[in-house]
Amino acid sequence: MSTLTAPKVDAPSTTATTAPFGLMAEFRTPAEIMDAAKRVHAAGYRYWDCHVPFPVHGLDKAMGVRRTILPVLVFGAGATGALVGFCLQAFANAASFSIWALVWVTGYPFLISGKPLMSVPAWIPVIFELTILLSALSTVGLMLLMNNLPRLSHPLLANNRFRRASDDRFFVVIEARDPKFLRSKTEAFLKSLGASHVEVVEDR
Amino acid sequence: MPSKPSMHLSSATKGFVDTDNTEQPIGGRAPLVLNMHRFGEVTHQVCRVAESKPPLAWYVAFVICLGMLGFLGICVNYLIFTGVGVWGLNNPVMWAYDITNFVFWVGIGHAGTLISAILFLFRQKWRTGINRFAEAMTIFAVICAGLFPGIHVGRVWLAYWLFPLPNSMEMWPQFRSPLLWDVFAVSTYFTVSLVFWYIGMVPDLATLRDRAKGKFQQFAYGLAAIGWRGSMRHWHRYEVAYLLLAALATPLVLSVHSVVSFDFAVSQVPGWHTTIFPPYFVAGAIFSGFAMVVSLAVPARELFGLKDLITLRHLDNMNKIILLTGCMVGYAYSMEFFIAWYSGAMYEKFAFVNRAFGQYWWAYWIMVSCNVITPQLFWFKKVRTSIPLMFILSIFVNVGMWFERFVIIVTSLANDFLPSSWDQFVPTWVDIGTMVGAFGLFGVLFLLFCRYLPMIAIAEVKAVMPEADPHAHGAHAHHGGPHDSHAGHGVPSGAMPALRDPRSSEGQP
Repeated sequence: MSTLTAPKVDAPSTTATTAPFGLMAEFRTPAEIMDAAKRVHAAGYRYWDCHVPFPVHGLDKAMGVRRTILPVLVFGAGATGALVGFCLQAFANAASFSIWALVWVTGYPFLISGKPLMSVPAWIPVIFELTILLSALSTVGLMLLMNNLPRLSHPLLANNRFRRASDDRFFVVIEARDPKFLRSKTEAFLKSLGASHVEVVEDR
Repeated sequence: MPSKPSMHLSSATKGFVDTDNTEQPIGGRAPLVLNMHRFGEVTHQVCRVAESKPPLAWYVAFVICLGMLGFLGICVNYLIFTGVGVWGLNNPVMWAYDITNFVFWVGIGHAGTLISAILFLFRQKWRTGINRFAEAMTIFAVICAGLFPGIHVGRVWLAYWLFPLPNSMEMWPQFRSPLLWDVFAVSTYFTVSLVFWYIGMVPDLATLRDRAKGKFQQFAYGLAAIGWRGSMRHWHRYEVAYLLLAALATPLVLSVHSVVSFDFAVSQVPGWHTTIFPPYFVAGAIFSGFAMVVSLAVPARELFGLKDLITLRHLDNMNKIILLTGCMVGYAYSMEFFIAWYSGAMYEKFAFVNRAFGQYWWAYWIMVSCNVITPQLFWFKKVRTSIPLMFILSIFVNVGMWFERFVIIVTSLANDFLPSSWDQFVPTWVDIGTMVGAFGLFGVLFLLFCRYLPMIAIAEVKAVMPEADPHAHGAHAHHGGPHDSHAGHGVPSGAMPALRDPRSSEGQP
């Protein structure tokens, strides 16, 4: 690719005291990574991942990723938003009572042209907006939380070759903490998947 | 397969030449990404805009917009230090340019959300080429919109009273008021659009981070990319989150302009008190928003060489939506007149006759000719695919839609129930300066966005390329030829959806 600087291969770590983060195998097409993912999954690895520049259709299924619980949580957040919207308006425009004559809960009841204080139909827009607001914010917040993001550094991000994971290359990374990880064996396994390049990712 | 496959484009002219891809070939779909068959080319095509110096026209536009923004600052400060009397408002015309501009800008924003959310749910893959900057347009338009209600309250330092905040006066807002609904609708809309835009951009910010050469760029893009590594486990949740956001933004965008229309429709002023307003406002908003997208896309693809990504097919599709929504707006105009006559209410009848033939007749007829007549030209494919014509027509639509809001707001107020209280609204230089200045604010923000952020959703565009399909032509992506050797080799695009297919059973472990 004329558009990219040639990726520099990481200088091998001279102080090889720390264990590596894992092994990284590079593939060139969606079809190759799809095939590789199926075989890594079948081989029984647990701490491994595919890193791709765009969501390859069906790759998550091939990897055995289970469906996220996110929509259920977001439904809860939306319901909370609706409740908050209702309570906010009921308190602000209709509440006037005390708790054991000690704590007075009083909003600002507007009496306008004889309309009831609990004007629920007129509250629908605000209830709706707060439902959407809380759902949307929690969608993003929970998605990031479950993905362990934001993250300022990661061993993979320090690898020069890995930079193309956001461009046009597809990577399989098997982490060293995986119980089935054996450097030589895993390396041979990754090569057998048809990877164009396999390298060790240092943990730093 | 494209009808005129441009064979050997040198890299200098790449992206600067139009290729006609508006014809659908039999048994396939016309490609959405032209002259590119490797993912790296897409990355490069989009990132080079943010990585190289912009063309001279960018600097010229930026200086002009900055000047307009400065003038906006002068006008707003003059208003705040003097009072709303510096505008041409009077009794009964207590809303004029301020709310006209507010409704105009909120409406502009709607196209961005329509493209990013509604077209996503309808699985329109062509949205990927235009959604990013349309969403950016939404954000900046809503910023411009928010400015006007903020400054029109008079005592700007008390604008926080709009929100239900506990205070020592024990006062709370009146939740039956459409104006308060507006506060919630527009602020929710802004927040959700911002989050949607940013989350959609994170993978592309990671691309910019990974390509950045300078230390500062690496740091800034690295911070903004929040550690995105393209992990498929992340993508899985990301796609679900994106689908959820789209599903949430769709009713939201319809609600926002409906609520804006309630500002008028819930009141009893003849000309405002109309049940057709919510759908009519939403259609008008999408109409004006798409016109603005075309007005922005045409120069942007020209200047930054993005013609292979924002293709004629994209523009053709947008012009079709302008035609459709233009017809809906035209229908709404005529239906308003019909109902005014059919209702038998004399005030209602008068308001509409007065609108077309009263003191503001010229504004009304500008509105009709720009909004009803000009979009009809888009019935012709020649017009839909002609760059200069569509640009001119989109400007007409923008002008027309500004006048639509002016007509609705000012003509209804100026001649209300009592002839003794009628008056005419004449804008002052501050009115006009604030309106022009808002375009400066919008322009500055948009130009900065073009310069520093990925203007096109790189990851999403890659996902709609035929090469992205892991089952069909996957092996094509790594041919070693230096440039364009595959231009015109015909793989039907459309084998795979832009992102997660909403109905797919992604669940099985």
